[in-house]
Amino acid sequence: MSEIVHTFEGYSAAWFGPEWGPALFLTVKTLLLIVAIAIPIILCVAYLTLAERKVIGYMQVRIGPNRVGWNGLLQPFADVLKLLVKEVVVPTGANRFLFVLAPMLSLMPALAAWAVIPFAPELVLADINAGLLYLLAITSMGVYGVIIAGWAANSKYAFLGAMRSAAQIVSYEIAMGFALICVLMVSQSLNISDIVNGQGRGHFAEKGLNFLSWNWLPLFPMFLVYFIAAVAETNRAPFDVAEGESEIVAGFHVEYSGMTFALFFLAEYANMILVSTLAALMFLGGWLSPVDSTFANAVPPILWLALKVAALLFCFLWFRATFPRYRYDQIMRLGWKIFIPLTLIWVAVIGIWMQTPYNIWSGS
Amino acid sequence: MIDRIRDLFKTFLLIELVKGMAITGRYLFARKITVQYPEEKTPISPRFRGLHALRRYPNGEERCIACKLCEAVCPALAITIESAQREDGTRRTTRYDIDLTKCIFCGMCEESCPVDSIVETRILEYHGERRGDLYYTKEMLLAIGDKYEAQIAADRASDAAYR
Repeated sequence: MSEIVHTFEGYSAAWFGPEWGPALFLTVKTLLLIVAIAIPIILCVAYLTLAERKVIGYMQVRIGPNRVGWNGLLQPFADVLKLLVKEVVVPTGANRFLFVLAPMLSLMPALAAWAVIPFAPELVLADINAGLLYLLAITSMGVYGVIIAGWAANSKYAFLGAMRSAAQIVSYEIAMGFALICVLMVSQSLNISDIVNGQGRGHFAEKGLNFLSWNWLPLFPMFLVYFIAAVAETNRAPFDVAEGESEIVAGFHVEYSGMTFALFFLAEYANMILVSTLAALMFLGGWLSPVDSTFANAVPPILWLALKVAALLFCFLWFRATFPRYRYDQIMRLGWKIFIPLTLIWVAVIGIWMQTPYNIWSGS
Repeated sequence: MIDRIRDLFKTFLLIELVKGMAITGRYLFARKITVQYPEEKTPISPRFRGLHALRRYPNGEERCIACKLCEAVCPALAITIESAQREDGTRRTTRYDIDLTKCIFCGMCEESCPVDSIVETRILEYHGERRGDLYYTKEMLLAIGDKYEAQIAADRASDAAYR
């Protein structure tokens, strides 16, 4: 593989000269890698929508879509095709430029964040040292798409939905950030690959029970806080007051139709996959296998990561099928009065714990 | 005090949420009740009030005697009848139209009919593609009656004891 890459690097240098050749080669290579990451993610999003309809259908004792393709497997493509041929209606009072910009702004961070996600050891587009910081920064950008969409549409419901959504996302980001601070405290690194590798060491890992050494056990309250905050961050049920079909029609994207609407959908589901992947990397040992046996080690690391992400995504769907929507003031109370104090206390607890002789993370 | 501590634990351990998820989790594996419509159908009662039909006697003579009771009783004014004397001296309809877009399928025409001529069948799968397609004339209604006479007669017979 690397020989082929080197050959192409040689061609590039020979054709475009020593000055432009390597730069051009690097650009094309990075672009190809971006496509290689983005397309599987979009496919995952497509099938996540189908999985959601199927899982929720099954939990409601019905069978969900099963007409398009074998057992409904082509349903996402039928949906995309339908949305593609639909007209994009821009309301008369809307700000045209921002109205079209907003869906792109909400999808962009959901895809850009994948640059620093390691899928397996060494399998990462940009292995930067401040990976976690980059993630926090990029995922915070998503709220701009929401608020611009709500404002540009010039509609009361859209504006209300955008306000709710923005306030909610900003509130829960704090708790989410503190939960991740606990992780980076115990792993002493912002590099995501290092965080994952750090979870492979410890008392239980030496005995072959790797999964007990992962962060979820010592940081269990933070894992719960992170996951609940992640559900709120992505505006999913039971925290979906931003969409609140029964109160404000569809929230910030009421006025959107056709492909612009589909982009918001894509962003929501891409964000779901992103936060699940993050939870898997931060708390569930990423690509590490749960036990140290020959069979578990034979499974490719990327499959372990995919399994963990799939399990977390299933929880997202499970929540949606189970819980009724939170009232808005209750959401705010949970975010500000429970999660933020809890995480602050836990940061202090971890800090003190690490100073005592009982520090279990000294190995890293 | 103990109650408050117990409540605190209940809240922070998310016990009630887990209980709720256990229920939906159980239903994930429950038998599904979906009826996959075009292939599978739910049973239909013999009293079902669907598409209308005009019936004939076994000898081929149409039952309707143009008494216009159904026209009078129809609450939606969906029935239009014109009558005239036939060559053999009997009174017959020259026009018997039902506008199915007006009809509310109440079944009063069927109840008022003294000769069991106008009936509502158990047919529910019919449609129109242009305006006027659902305006059924006498010929069309008689044709439906001729086509489904066996089913109509069987339905009347099975429900006769309750009328």
